[in-house]
This record gives sequence, structure tokens and C-alpha cells, in this order.
Amino acid sequence: MTQSLAPDVVVSRPTDSQPAPSGPDDERRIRRIAFGHRLSHWDVKLSPYLYISPFFILFAITGLFPLIYTGVVSLYDWHIIGGQGDFVGLKNFEWVLGQEKFWIALRNSFSIFLLSAIPQIILALIIAAILDQNLKAKTFWRMGVLVPYVVAPVAVALIFSNMFGDQYGLINNILGQIGLDPIGWHSQVVPSHLAIATMVNFRWTGYNALIFLAAMQAIPRDYYEAAAIDGASRIRQFFSITIPSLRPTLIFVIITSTIGGLQIFDEPRMYDSTGQGGASAQWMTITMYIYNQGFGVAGGGQFGHAAAAAWLLFLVIVIVGLINLLATRAIASTGTRSGK
Amino acid sequence: MKISRRTTAVAIAGATAFALVATGCSSAAPGETDPNEKITLTVATFNDFGYSDELLAEYTKEHPNVTVKQTKAKTSDDARANYFTKLGAGSGLADVEAVEIDWFAELLQYSDKLTDLSSDDVKDRWLDWKANAATDADGRLIAYGTDIGPQAICYRSDLFKAAGLPTDRAEVATLLEGDWDHYFEVGQGFVAKSDAAWFDSVGSIMQGKLNQEVETLESKDGEIIAGTNPVVEAAYKDILAQSPDLSAHLSQWSEDWYAAFSNGAYATMLCPSWMLGIIEGEAEGVEGWDIADVYPNGGGNWGGSYLTVPAQGAHPEAAKEFAAWLTAPEQQLKAFVKTGNFPSQVALQDAPELLEVTRPFFNDAPVGELMAGRAAAVPADAPFKGVKYFQVMTALQNSLTRVDVDKTQNAKESWAQFLKDLDALK
Repeated sequence: MTQSLAPDVVVSRPTDSQPAPSGPDDERRIRRIAFGHRLSHWDVKLSPYLYISPFFILFAITGLFPLIYTGVVSLYDWHIIGGQGDFVGLKNFEWVLGQEKFWIALRNSFSIFLLSAIPQIILALIIAAILDQNLKAKTFWRMGVLVPYVVAPVAVALIFSNMFGDQYGLINNILGQIGLDPIGWHSQVVPSHLAIATMVNFRWTGYNALIFLAAMQAIPRDYYEAAAIDGASRIRQFFSITIPSLRPTLIFVIITSTIGGLQIFDEPRMYDSTGQGGASAQWMTITMYIYNQGFGVAGGGQFGHAAAAAWLLFLVIVIVGLINLLATRAIASTGTRSGK
Repeated sequence: MKISRRTTAVAIAGATAFALVATGCSSAAPGETDPNEKITLTVATFNDFGYSDELLAEYTKEHPNVTVKQTKAKTSDDARANYFTKLGAGSGLADVEAVEIDWFAELLQYSDKLTDLSSDDVKDRWLDWKANAATDADGRLIAYGTDIGPQAICYRSDLFKAAGLPTDRAEVATLLEGDWDHYFEVGQGFVAKSDAAWFDSVGSIMQGKLNQEVETLESKDGEIIAGTNPVVEAAYKDILAQSPDLSAHLSQWSEDWYAAFSNGAYATMLCPSWMLGIIEGEAEGVEGWDIADVYPNGGGNWGGSYLTVPAQGAHPEAAKEFAAWLTAPEQQLKAFVKTGNFPSQVALQDAPELLEVTRPFFNDAPVGELMAGRAAAVPADAPFKGVKYFQVMTALQNSLTRVDVDKTQNAKESWAQFLKDLDALK
């Protein structure tokens, strides 16, 4: 309010030709108004950037710097204890790309990512749609789906790897009792991926469901009323109103689960006690490969190799993220033309 | 202006302090430290070293100014990752850090980052080969030996009985006396009359065989020879030829392997002294576990650990004293009683207090006397373990697992894969 008054005073001065009662006082007042004016101008222009700058400063320190530093490390022969060695250029990248294990790890990461992300998003949508209905004790159910997310991933992995034991696991015991052959949860590639994807889905489905639910709550109820009057079924309403309205949220969830999926580490690392990802790398993911090169048994502390692999993973994520973004945009925009 | 100058000074002081910590320099010269200063010492171990809270409290009783805290990693792999990361970073390690023999050589390359622990008080405390392995190229002793792993054979007397074999531990020792072929032969006889397997895991048999040789995975001049060494290939072929009948098809340290301690999946396992504590912990309530004073082909040593004092710690002198106390015969004897980790101290090899130790879980087996005998049978020429021992051994174990446990490859394919894996280590 006080700020909006200031221009009026300035404007009124020339029309009012009477001399000011006391010169210096008047001048000072004018200058202060002008300064305040300028200040508010700066305020409008700069403040928003200042307000969000802590994030970017923090990001530069904790995100950007490690990213660039990893790039530097990847160009050197760098040992975990010995530290920086000779400059080797792109040799580390060449080495990593020539490793069979790297490609197996890339395959595993994608496979586990797809096995987890797709069912997860579909399930989360269904759960969110159900939670969006008029339920009794809404908060209870809504909080309930978040409980698995609160459980520590290591605990989840320990419990599930017990269930998925090859010889004495719960699931194979049950299979044996109904006369089926046991499944090689640790020895075979696809079953091991399924088991890990199960752990991931257990943790993240509820979390994503809550994000979807929040977005669903923002959809105007009029749409549904109108659709109901037109005779659209619940299912039809879900596909024609809910899904198109969720477009930005869908993009967000798909991008975040892409990044998370390709970086998956905890669950496969804890899937057996040695953290090697299986004797023939059945479930070794890219992040485990990086860890093993840098810190683990298999690589012998070669930070240069680990850094190169980390940069390759970064590039893969950027590429997949872009493809995802384009794909989800194309799909989502055909449904609705509402724009922004 | 004044303020900014002061800030700079503070910043420089801070940076210097950080650099001091980072480079592992200790600012406390021996003369300056106050012996009564209140300090906290941390000791980091893995699995179970037998350092109970009561034992650590005893140290505080003798040294009222010192509080002791212990952190335990679950496996030696975890401990190694933690150790190497923080040694490289220059901070974050415990004052006293435990090290396993398998990755000790790897660490020995960076012995300048560790405190020299030699002193007249501890001279001749350890078995020669144990102390020699902990001495770096400059002759500095960088680690105190804790335990060694003399091997015996643990067996399930109930399964032996059901299959018509003798159950008494002296008779079992006579039965199994001989070389590896004889051990497998008795196993063939056993599995013909029993549903259980003969041994737990091909991985442990490989460890048992290789630990009886001097040069196995690496040559003494630093080459990886695992792929070309006839000793390794023969052991590989021999074990995998026996495993379809005799192995319980378990991979060591897996969930299934732990579960099998109590459910009678196999009748015998190679038993380094530290395995006693693991069996007792995992097979709680199971009756029938016993231990025989015998080992195929004589004797062998599997594993055993050391305590080191990283130079980056704040109290290297106090930590050295504490590590010396922990590895003194009195304390190691207590650890042996608790976990079965057999001491590496000369004074304990045939000390009466040790010889009279028995273990109720193993049918009151006289483990003190028995393990002392097994320790005496360990070949004096310890197996050579070089810088890449741990990595090569892991690759070799994986190659056995692929054939025996996963059954995804046959012995030939898996050996080819092993050779490829070795290339990646060069």
C-alpha cells in the first residue's frame, strides 16, 4: 500500500505549483521516494532470482561440481588410494566400452528399469484412481500406500532376498508344494530381474500413486459430472478425462522413474551378500558396475574406469530422458488440446 | 577491512587444519600429548573378532582416560570397501582398523599411510609367517596379527550315523586321514547311502586346496598366473568332476548357504577356526555338529586377520597401545573362547589355558587342543598372496559358482569366461 502511494505523490508535484514549505525536507522526501521506487523496481526484477538462488548455488556445489570433477577423473589413471596418476585421455572410456561386463550391466539396468517402471506406473494409476473415490477413512488408505516407501531399501532387500532364495526360499517352497519346479531366482537372468523389480515396485508404487492422486484431486469435478450425464462409464471417464488431465504429472513421474530406474543400486546390491551381481553378472546394474570398479572387489579401485562408466551412464540417462519426454508429450497431447 | 582480514585468516586456518587432516599428518607429537587427556578410540572390525563389550570395558578400566567404541561391518568385503575409500580420502577411518589377509597385500602398497607399529614390547609376539606378511618393503611392521585359520573338518555326526559311518571324532579323523582324493572317495560312499550332500560348497574346497600351495593365483613377481598355473586348473577340474555328486550346490555366504547350516543339507565342511563361531551362531539348536582333528593332505590355513593403525587418526600413539593390548595373548585367548578365532601369538600356540578350552556346541570338542594341533600342521611356507589376490580369487569363485550353483555354464565354458575376466583385471 505505501509503495503504491509513492508514484501519486511524484505525479502530483508538478501540478501543484505552490513552493514547498521547507526545501531540504521536501527534497529529501522526493529523493527517498525515488530511491524506493528504484528499489521496488530492482525488487521485482531481482528478488525472484535471489530467492531461488540457494538451490542453484547448492546444486552447483553438490551436483554440478561432482559431475564435472568426475569428468576430469575419467581422463586420468586414478586409483582409489594412490590418487591422481597420468593423463590418459579417452583411454578409460575406450576400456569401459570394450568390457563385456559393461554391456551386460547396461542390459540389466534397462531390463530391470522396464520391468519395474511400466507395471509401477500402471499400478500407481489404478491405485490412485481407487483412492480418488469416496472412501471411508480416506487418510488411512492414502497414508497406507506410502508405508512401503518408508521402509529402508536395505530392509526390503533383505526380506525379499530371503523370500527369493533358490533352495530354501519361501516362494520356491510354495512352488514345490504345488508340484512346480523351483525357479532360479539368483541363477537365471530374467527371474533375478523380476525379483529385483518386485522390490522396486513394492517401494515406489505407493509413492507414485500419491503423486497421481494429488494431480487427480486437481481435476475439476464438473468434467466428471458432465461425462456422467452424457452416460460415460467410469472406465471411459478414467481414459478420457483422468489420463489426459494428468499429462504434466505423467511426464514428471516417467522422467523421475527413468532416472531412478537406470540408477538402481540398493536392491540389486543387497540381493546377495557379496554384492557382485551374480557369478555371471546376471543382475549387476550399471551403478553396481561403477561401484565395483571404484570401490568394490572386482575392479580394484580404478576410479578412472569408474568415472568413465559414470559419465557414460549420465549420457545414457540424458538420451533416454529426452526420448521419454518426446514420447510422453506426443502421446499425452493427442488426448487433449487444453494447452497451458 | 578489519573483518575481511580476519575472515581470511580464519579461512586459512581452517583450510590448514583440513589439509593436515586430509594428508594424514598428526599434529600431536609424542612429547606434547597429555597422557591423561580424555580420548575416544574407535576400533572397526568385521564378522566377529570376539572383542566383546566387556573386553573393551576392561581396557577403559585400565586406562580411565580412554573410551573405546567398536563398529562391525557385516562382511570382509564391506570392510574393505570402507577401508580403501577412506584411506584414499585421508579421513574417516577408525583409530584401529581390522584387515583381512586376502586383501592385505593390496593394502601393503600404501603402507606409508599406516603407522609403524614395531616396538620392543611386541617383538616375537607372532608366528613368523604371520608377522612377515605384515612387514612392508622398508621393514616397518604395519599390522598386528589377530587370528589365523588352521583348518579342520566339521561334520554332522547324526548324518554320519544315518549313513553307517563312524560318529566318534577320533574315528572320523582316522576315516578321513589321507589326501583330497580320499576325502572325495569317502564322500562318494556317504552320498550313496544318504540324501545329504558331502560338502557345502565348491568355493570352500577350492580355498582349501589353494591354501596348501605356495604360488597359486599370482607369481611372486606380480604376474597374474591363475589362468596358466596347472595347479589352479587341476584343482578346478578335479573339484568340478566331484561336485555333481558331492556338492550341496551352495554358494558361500549366500542366504541358502547360511540356511543350510541348520537343515542338514551336507555332512562335512572345511572348518577354519573362525568358522566355529559362524556355525554355532547359524545352527543354533541343531545337535550333531562335531569337529574332527583331520584335514585332507595334511594341514592348511584359511584366512586370519590383522589390526592396523591408520596414520590419519588423531591419536596414533594411543591407538597403537590399544591395538597392542587387543592382540596381546590374554585378550586373544578370550576372543578364541568366544568365537573360535585361533590366536596367531606364539605364546598361545601350546599354552595350557588354550589347550583346555572346549566347546559345548560341538559335542564338547576340545577345540583348544584340536586347533593347536591343526595350527602346528599348517605348512610353514604360507601361500603367496599378491596385490590382486582378492580380485582373482573372486573371479575364480564366480567361475565355480556358474557351474556348480547356477548351472548356467559347463566347466569348459566357465573356464573360458574366467580367462576373459582375468584379462579385465590386467
